[in-house]
Amino acid sequence: MVTAKDYSSPVRPTWCIGCGNFGIWNSLKKALAQVGLAPHEVMLISGIGCGSKLPDYTTANGFLTLHGRTLAVATGARLANHGLKVICTHGDGDGYGEGGNHFVSAVRRNIGIVDIVQNNRVYGLTKGQYSPTSPQGFVTRTSPQGAIEQTFNPLAVALAAGGTFISRGWSADIEHLTWLITEALGHRGYALVDVLQPCVTFNRRYSYDWLRPRIYKVEDEAGYDPSDRAAAFAKAQEWGERIPLGIIYRTESQPAYEEQVPALEAGPLVKQPLCTKTPEEYEVLKQEYL
Amino acid sequence: MTVNDMTFKIGGEAGQGVESTGRGFAKALVRGGLHIFGLQDYHSRIRGGHNFYQIRAANHDIFSHDERVHLLLALTKVAIEEHADEVVSGGGIIYDPALSVDETDLAGKQARAFPVPLEQIAVDEGGSKVMANTAAIGAAAGLTGFDMDVISGVIRDNFGRKGPKVVDANLKVAAAARRFVEEKFGDSFPFKLKKIEGPPRMLISGNEALSLGALMAGCKFVAGYPMTPGSPILEWLSVHSEEWGIVIKHSEDELAAVNMAIGAGQMGVRAMAPTSGGGFALMVEGMGLAGLCEVPIVLVNVQRPGPATGLATRHEQGDLLFMIYATQGEFPRIVLAPGTIEQCFEAGYRAFNLAEKFQTPALIISDAFLAHSPRALDMDALDFDVPIDRGALLSDAELDNLAERYKRHRDTESGVSPRALPGHPNAVYSSASDEHDEYGLICEDAVVRIQQDAKRMRKLETARAEIKAPLRYGPPEAELTFLTWGSTVGPLRMAVDLLNAEGKSANIVQIMDIWPLPIEKVTAALQGANKLICVEQNYTGQLATLVRAYTGIKVDGLINKYDGRPMSPEYILARLKEVT
Repeated sequence: MVTAKDYSSPVRPTWCIGCGNFGIWNSLKKALAQVGLAPHEVMLISGIGCGSKLPDYTTANGFLTLHGRTLAVATGARLANHGLKVICTHGDGDGYGEGGNHFVSAVRRNIGIVDIVQNNRVYGLTKGQYSPTSPQGFVTRTSPQGAIEQTFNPLAVALAAGGTFISRGWSADIEHLTWLITEALGHRGYALVDVLQPCVTFNRRYSYDWLRPRIYKVEDEAGYDPSDRAAAFAKAQEWGERIPLGIIYRTESQPAYEEQVPALEAGPLVKQPLCTKTPEEYEVLKQEYL
Repeated sequence: MTVNDMTFKIGGEAGQGVESTGRGFAKALVRGGLHIFGLQDYHSRIRGGHNFYQIRAANHDIFSHDERVHLLLALTKVAIEEHADEVVSGGGIIYDPALSVDETDLAGKQARAFPVPLEQIAVDEGGSKVMANTAAIGAAAGLTGFDMDVISGVIRDNFGRKGPKVVDANLKVAAAARRFVEEKFGDSFPFKLKKIEGPPRMLISGNEALSLGALMAGCKFVAGYPMTPGSPILEWLSVHSEEWGIVIKHSEDELAAVNMAIGAGQMGVRAMAPTSGGGFALMVEGMGLAGLCEVPIVLVNVQRPGPATGLATRHEQGDLLFMIYATQGEFPRIVLAPGTIEQCFEAGYRAFNLAEKFQTPALIISDAFLAHSPRALDMDALDFDVPIDRGALLSDAELDNLAERYKRHRDTESGVSPRALPGHPNAVYSSASDEHDEYGLICEDAVVRIQQDAKRMRKLETARAEIKAPLRYGPPEAELTFLTWGSTVGPLRMAVDLLNAEGKSANIVQIMDIWPLPIEKVTAALQGANKLICVEQNYTGQLATLVRAYTGIKVDGLINKYDGRPMSPEYILARLKEVT
C-alpha cells in the first residue's frame, strides 16, 4: 500500500518557517497516497519559484523546468506518456504571469494535468515584487506607489477559457486541500487547484489571520451546484469579506485532449515502437511525389 | 533546335494559381522522364503582388535554377515587364491578348510573342475562367512539343477529387489550347521537351524530405507554431500523423512548442519543433533547459531573412552563428546544415540519433530556398531503412537489476550518462533546471558545478570526434576551392560544373556537420586549397568567420548575397571575377 511517507525525501525544504508551501506539499503527498499512486507513477513538473522546488523535496519522478513554462513542458510530457499522472506545482507568477498564455491554452485544451498553483500573491524567491494576483495598490519594491493593474482572477479566466475543473484550496486546511487534490486527480481533463497560501516573509498583509475569517467552503453552502457554469462565474467573482474555497466548477462531460488524439489510441506514445511499420510499408509515401 | 534543356517560367499574381500551375507542369515533366529543379518566388500576401515559379528541365540531374528563361508564361502584364528581358534569343512569351499588352514593347526584346487567348479558350470549351491556367499548360506543351498524355495524366490527378466533370473540362481546355498553338505557330519554337523512358522519379522539396527523414527516425511528437517557411514541416507531419502514429501539437507559441518537445523528450519520445528564425529566437530559452537537463530534442530552423519579420517568404542564410551560439550559459549542441534534398532527409533522421546519443539539442538549419524548391529525385535516393541509435538508454531489464540508486546525470568519461525514462520504480528521479548533482537534485556546490558543467561540455568533444567530415564536390585537387554550407551548394555545383567545362579546375568543400565544427577534418579539407572562396547567402560571411575562428584558415574572398533571392550560377561566376 502506498503511504505519504513513500514520497518523503532526505532533502529538506528551504522554505521559511510558516510558509504555506508546507501545507500544500503535505496535502499533495497525502492525496497521492489516498488515491494509491506510487512515486514512479506520477510526474511532478514545476517551474521556478519557491513552490516550484517541491519536486526536489519529494521522492517521485520530477522535472523542475523554466519560469512560466511549467504547463508547456507538462503538456508534452502528458502527450508522450499518458500512463503517468502529470501534476504541476508552481506559483502565481509562474502560472499566471510568465506562463499566462500557457495557462489559458492548457485550460482550453483540457489536457489531463493537475495544476496546483501555489498562489501567495507575491514574488517570494526574487524577494518581494508584486504578482498578477497581488491586489491593486499593493506596495512592493517594483510597485512603490502601489500596483496599478487589476488583480488577475484565475478562476474566472479559467471558466471563461472553458475550464472543466476549477477549484480553490487553502494551504492551512490540509484535510480539505487533500480532498480537493484527490478530486482533481480523478478528473479526466485539466484540473486547476488554485491554493491560497500566505507568504510569511514578503506578503504580511495577506496573512493567515487575514485569510482565516474570510474563507468558506462552497460545499458547506446549501444549494451550491458546481456544475452550474453561471453560478460558478458569480462565485469566481467573490472576493473580499467572503472568499469561497472548494470545487467552484466541474464537468466530466468533456473528454481530455489526449483522449481525442488518434495516435494515442494505441497506448502511451513512449510505449509504442519508434516505427510502427516496416521500411517497405513506408515506401508508399514516395508515391505522393510521383 | 534544343531538346530537353530549357527553363519555363510562370509569372502572375498571388491567387492566380502560379504555384499550382508550376507544380503541375513540373510534375508532368518529371513523369515524362526529365530532371527538373523548381524555384518559387512569392510575396507575403494572399492576393495580388507578383509571384513566379521557374522550372529548369534537363536530361540530367540539376541542382539549381539559372538565369536564362526560354519560355515565359505571363499571367499579368507585370510578369512581362519583370521577366521579358530574361528570355533568351529564340525564346518566347505566352500571354493572353486580353491583358492588352503593347506589342511594340515586345518588339525590342529577344523574346518572341505568343499571344494565346487563354481565358477565351477556357470559356469556349465550356470551362470557367480559372481554367485559363490549364489552357496555359496546354499551350506550353504545344509550343515545346511535350507529350500530351503525360499532361493529361497530371490534370486527371490534380482535379480528380473535384469530380469527372471538372477533369473532363480541364482536359478539353488543355487540348484546345494546344491545338490553337499548333495551328497558329506551327513548329516554330526552337526549345523542345521530349519524353524520355526512364525509371520513375519523385518531385520533392527540402521540407518534405526533412519531414520524411524525421518520420523514418521514429519522430513521434511534433510541436510548432506556424511560421514561413518552416510551417510546411508542421503541416506535412500533421497530415500524416494519424496514419503513422505521430502526435502533433500546434502550440500557442514557439515558447510552448520547444517546451512541449522537451516534455516529450524527457519522457523518452523522439520529439521535434520546426520553425523559422523568429520562432527559433523564442526557443532559445527552452533549448538551454534541454541542454542543462540533458533532454534530447530536435529543433529545425528553416531560415528566412531577418531580423524581426524581415522578408517573410524569402531566402537567406543569416542564422548560422545564431544557431551555434544562441545560449544563456554554455551547453553542447549539434548543428546539421543540409544543402540538398537528399541531405535534408539525412539530417531529418540523423538529428534524432545525435540528439539521443548525446542527450542534448540537435538542430537542423535549413532555409527557404531549400525548403520549397522541388527537385526530381530517383526513388532510391531516399533510403527509408535508416539507422536508429538511441544512445545510452537503459532497458527495463537493466533497470530491474539496478544495484544502486539511479544517477540521471552520472559523471562519465564521455559525458553521456545512461538514461532511464521516467516510470520505472527503480529509477525514480527528479531533474532540475538549476545546476544539479548526479542525481538531478539542486546543488550550488562549486565542485559539483565543475563536475556537471565539464561533463556536459565533454559531450561536445565526444560528438566532435564522431561527426562527419566536410563533403567534397568536383576534383580532389583544384586551382579554386569554394567553401559553402546549406542550399547555396546547389547553384555553386552548377557554377563549378561550368568552370570545369571551360577547362578551369574548381571544387567545393561543403560543411554539413557544422557544429561542433570538426576542426581537424575541416582543416584537412581546406589546407591544400590554392585559392579559397567562401560562398554564402548573408552579409558578414558567417561560415568564413567560423572556419577562421577555429582553424585559423582565412578565405581569399567572399561571394555573398542578402537581397532575399537565392544565388544563381551566373551570379556566382560574375562575383567570382570581382573577388579574384
